[in-house]
Amino acid sequence: MTASLNLRRQRQLINRVALTMSLLAMSFGLVWLIWILVDVFHLGMSGLSLKLFTEMTPPPGSSGGLLNAIVGSLILVSLATLLGTPIGIMAGIYLAEYGQHTWLGHTTRFINGILLSAPSIVIGLFVYAVYVAKMGRFSGFSGVIALALLVIPVVVSTTENMLKLVPNSLREAVFALGASKWVVISKVTLRASTAGVITGILLAVARISGETAPLLFTALSNQFWSVDLNQPIANLPVTIFKFAMSPFKDWQEIAWAGVFLITLGVLGLNILARVLFRQKHRS
Amino acid sequence: MHQAQAEPLSRVSETSEQTGAALRTQITFSNFNFYYGKYHALKNINLDIYHSQVTAFIGPSGCGKSTLLRTMNRMYDLYPEQRAEGELLLDGENILDKKIDINHLRARIGMVFQKPTPFPMAIYDNIAFGVNLQERLSRSAMDDRVEWALRKAALWDEVKDILKQSGMSLSGGQQQRLCIARGIAVKPEVLLLDEPTSALDPISTMRIEELISELRQDFTIVIVTHNMQQAARISDYTAYMYLGEMIEYGVTDQVFIKPQKKATEDYITGRFG
Repeated sequence: MTASLNLRRQRQLINRVALTMSLLAMSFGLVWLIWILVDVFHLGMSGLSLKLFTEMTPPPGSSGGLLNAIVGSLILVSLATLLGTPIGIMAGIYLAEYGQHTWLGHTTRFINGILLSAPSIVIGLFVYAVYVAKMGRFSGFSGVIALALLVIPVVVSTTENMLKLVPNSLREAVFALGASKWVVISKVTLRASTAGVITGILLAVARISGETAPLLFTALSNQFWSVDLNQPIANLPVTIFKFAMSPFKDWQEIAWAGVFLITLGVLGLNILARVLFRQKHRS
Repeated sequence: MHQAQAEPLSRVSETSEQTGAALRTQITFSNFNFYYGKYHALKNINLDIYHSQVTAFIGPSGCGKSTLLRTMNRMYDLYPEQRAEGELLLDGENILDKKIDINHLRARIGMVFQKPTPFPMAIYDNIAFGVNLQERLSRSAMDDRVEWALRKAALWDEVKDILKQSGMSLSGGQQQRLCIARGIAVKPEVLLLDEPTSALDPISTMRIEELISELRQDFTIVIVTHNMQQAARISDYTAYMYLGEMIEYGVTDQVFIKPQKKATEDYITGRFG
C-alpha cells in the first residue's frame, strides 16, 4: 500500500520535473524568436513608407526606397522557383517511384541530402566559379542558378517524402485497373500528395527569399533600376546587407524596412503552407 | 444451385469431368508455384476456376489465399523479389508469359481490395478513370457507363446527386461499393475480391454480399475471405488452403457439409484456425 503510494509520488515528481524542463526549453527558444520579431516589427515599421515601394535605392544622405531591390528579388526568386521546382519534382518522383532500391536512387538521395545541408555560401562560390568567372561578370542569371540550386534539394526531399506517404494499396488499386506506371504517378499518387508538394515548394521559396550569401557572388546588387538578367541585379538580401553595414542612418533605416518586408513575406509563406497542408489533411 | 452436387468433389480434375458440360473453365492453375524471394509461398497449386461462378478461398492467415488471388492479375509484378512458376491459364492463354500485355490483362481481371481505396477525385471521375484507360467514350456514353456501374454496385441512389463530390467523402461501405463499381466499369471478365468486407460493418457487409450474388450473372468472381459463413453463403466453389497448399477444393456445399479431408473439417468446425 505505502510502497505503491511512494511509487506514485515518485512518478508524479519525475513527471513535474520533466514537464518543467521541457517548458523551460520551449520558452528559451520562443523568447529569442519573439524578441527578433518584435525588434524587426518595431524597427522596420519606423522605416516603412510608400516611398519604399516607389523609389530606387538612394545614395547616402538622400531619400529613397527599395523598389529596384523588391522587383529584383521577385524576379530572382520566381525564376529560381520556376527552374528548380520541375527538376526537383521529377527527381523526387524518380526517388520515390522508380529508383527506390536502385544504386542510382541511393546515390542521388545521399547527394541530395548533402546539397540540402550545404552552406549556401558554398553554392554561391560554386556558381561564381563555374558561371560568373567564366562569363566575366556578375549577373541576374547566375543568381537565379544559385537560388535554383537551393530550391532543388528541398523540393526533391519533400516530393519524395510526400509520395512515400501515399499508401501502396492506392498504387495497387490504380495498377489493378490496367494503368501504366506513369498514369499511376501523374493521375493519382502525385494528386494525392499535391498539398504536401506545394508546401515543400512554398518552404523552398521562403528559404531562398532571405538568402544573401549565394547572391553576393552571383547577382551582386545594383544601385539602379535594372531587369537585365545579364547584368548585376538589385535584390533585398544583398541591399540589406550593404545598407545595414553602412554608417549612414538613412541607409540603416531602409535596411530595417527591408528586413521587415522579408520577414513578413517568409512568415506569410509559412502560414500559407501550414494552412494548405492542414486543409488537405482534414478533407 | 448446381446440377453436379450429387457426387462429392475433392479435386479439380474430378470436378471438371463431372460438370464439364455445364461449366466453362476460365482460369487454370497447373503445377503453379510462387515465391517471395526464397520463401516458397504457394506449393504446386492445381485449380480450375469456372466461368460465371463465385469461387471462395478460405484458410488461416498466411496460408497463401491472398497471394494466390494476386497472381491472377499479376499484381506481384510490382515487387521485383516476387515470382511465379508453372502455368496460369486465362481462357487457355498462359498469363505468366512475359510477352503478355499486363495492362490489358488487368483490364480483363478487375480487383477490389481489403481496405477501400477511393482515388483522390470526384465520385464520377473515380469510375471514369479506369474506363478512360481502356476506351474512348463520348461524354454521354461515359455518363451512361458511370450510371450503369454505380447501379450494378447498388450505389447509384445514394450518390446520383453528389457525383462531383470527392470519393473520399463517402462512408467505408459506400467507398467499397465505389471500388466495386470502379472495377466493373471497365467490364472485366473476372473480378477478384480480396477480403472485401473485412473492414466493414455488418450492414455494409450484407449489402456487398447481396451485390456479389447479383454480379455473378455477369462476372466470374473469386473472393478471399476470413469469414467461413460468408464463403458458405455466397460462393459456389470453395478452396481450402493451408501453409501454401491447396488442401481441398470443390462445390461449396460439399466442402462445408461433407469435407473430404480431416484438415478441412477441423478448420471448418472451428477446431483449429
